[in-house]
Amino acid sequence: MTQTLLPRRALLAAAPLVAAPSVLKAQTQARLLVIGGGFGGATAANFARRTYPWLDVTLVEPKRSFVTCPYGNLVLAGTRQIGQITHSYDGLRARGVRVIHDWATGIDAAQRRVRLANGETLTYDRLILSPGIALRWGAIEGYDEAASETMPHAWVPGDGAQTLLLRRQLEEMPDGGVVGLAIPANPFRCPPGPYERISMIASYLKRHKPRSKILALDAKEAFSKQGLFQDAWAQLYPGMIEWVPGNRDGKVTKVDARERVLETEFGTQHKVAVANVIPPQSAARIAADAGLTDASGWVPVNPRTFESRVAPGIHVVGDANIPGPMPKSGYVANSTAKQAVASAAALLRGETPPEAVYFNTCYSHVGDEYGISIVGVFRPNAEGTAIAEVQGSGGVSPRGNHPEQRRLEALYADAWYESITKDMFA
Amino acid sequence: MRPLPLLLASLMLATPAAAQAPLAAQGCVGCHGPNGAGMGSVPGLAGRDRAEMIAQMNAFRANERPATIMGRIARGYTEAEIIASAEYFARQPR
Repeated sequence: MTQTLLPRRALLAAAPLVAAPSVLKAQTQARLLVIGGGFGGATAANFARRTYPWLDVTLVEPKRSFVTCPYGNLVLAGTRQIGQITHSYDGLRARGVRVIHDWATGIDAAQRRVRLANGETLTYDRLILSPGIALRWGAIEGYDEAASETMPHAWVPGDGAQTLLLRRQLEEMPDGGVVGLAIPANPFRCPPGPYERISMIASYLKRHKPRSKILALDAKEAFSKQGLFQDAWAQLYPGMIEWVPGNRDGKVTKVDARERVLETEFGTQHKVAVANVIPPQSAARIAADAGLTDASGWVPVNPRTFESRVAPGIHVVGDANIPGPMPKSGYVANSTAKQAVASAAALLRGETPPEAVYFNTCYSHVGDEYGISIVGVFRPNAEGTAIAEVQGSGGVSPRGNHPEQRRLEALYADAWYESITKDMFA
Repeated sequence: MRPLPLLLASLMLATPAAAQAPLAAQGCVGCHGPNGAGMGSVPGLAGRDRAEMIAQMNAFRANERPATIMGRIARGYTEAEIIASAEYFARQPR
């Protein structure tokens, strides 16, 4: 818990919880500012209004509606429409969140101010920063924003255009074509996401273009739920998917967007019909500009409060932070956002932040009525220096022949999507 | 920014902290729906009997109850968190 508070806040922090008039006044005016309206930020704003009605909550998010990354792969499969994974901010407004659709362009951590693109300046008592990721243009030679118009990443959905572009390319591809994917090294957003994507593209191809192939070029030697994915691929899509790990020259280092060529570390050129390039990533730019990132490009945080290690008063949640052994997932963003808000509220009242426990449940669809999952429960260690998975808990679905389990997990995945998006936006 | 009327604020502050979901219970709502109301194929927790939920969670933890994912999750909870979460969900309207 940091103590480098400004005088007014120091007074607030030292005040007991009894509703003495001065404290009450301060509490009703405590301003929680949230930057970013995704899984971390929307959860934070919603949870803050539901749980701490004395907080004045403002959310800054440039987009008018939010297209989720989760279930984007089902849009690629053709089993969901983009409108079904697009969410409005009206529910947050109805909860009393002031929603500002603009870009936050800079953070003054010392003065606790945030500048918006429209010139307005917002002041805060505590900031929840959930800015998401930046794609590292140029980390793969030739892969810049212009190249993504021919070789979509579909990894930062924005208004959905990237996902729809990849879907259209799959639809336009002749039967017998090769779909190439470039998959980055760790850490990156949604560790099982590329492999769910391979599965969902395969399910589309199997139905509509069965002579086609998928070439997955990976910078890694291992991936999330690997055994389960590969079992399912062999069972559902035999002969369709070739996964090339990094130690077999799977790492894509260069692309030619015009020729649709993916080139790997040792110079092998793969010409494909459709290319999905998921580039290396870092925390979104605003986090770096505010000096919150370390040499890795991600934001170190306190394991109990998710407060920045370098900037008191700023809690950084979602994919931008360094979450220890936890994945960069929507569930972790949701879970840690609640702990960050609870910590911020406690610190504003001069209380100790609550004991932390974090949850992750990530389902992946791999075929019709076929879902698999990874689960984790995590806590800070006794010293509060790091996060560790609770021993004996968590893990992946069992391998082997478990048809009922697979069907149920596909159903539970759909329930998860409905539940968590309601938790964020309703 | 938009300070609340004093009376309203006092009422809100008077809400006992116990009415809030313990953070451990927040781990449930990502699949079991807001306030544990249930969602699609995932059963509701709201309004269920406290003792039944504790017994089920302990059975999940001990691998005594068939599970798709709840065994893996339940083993991450402490006994105190199971009790607090069960008490919270038992109080929620169905």
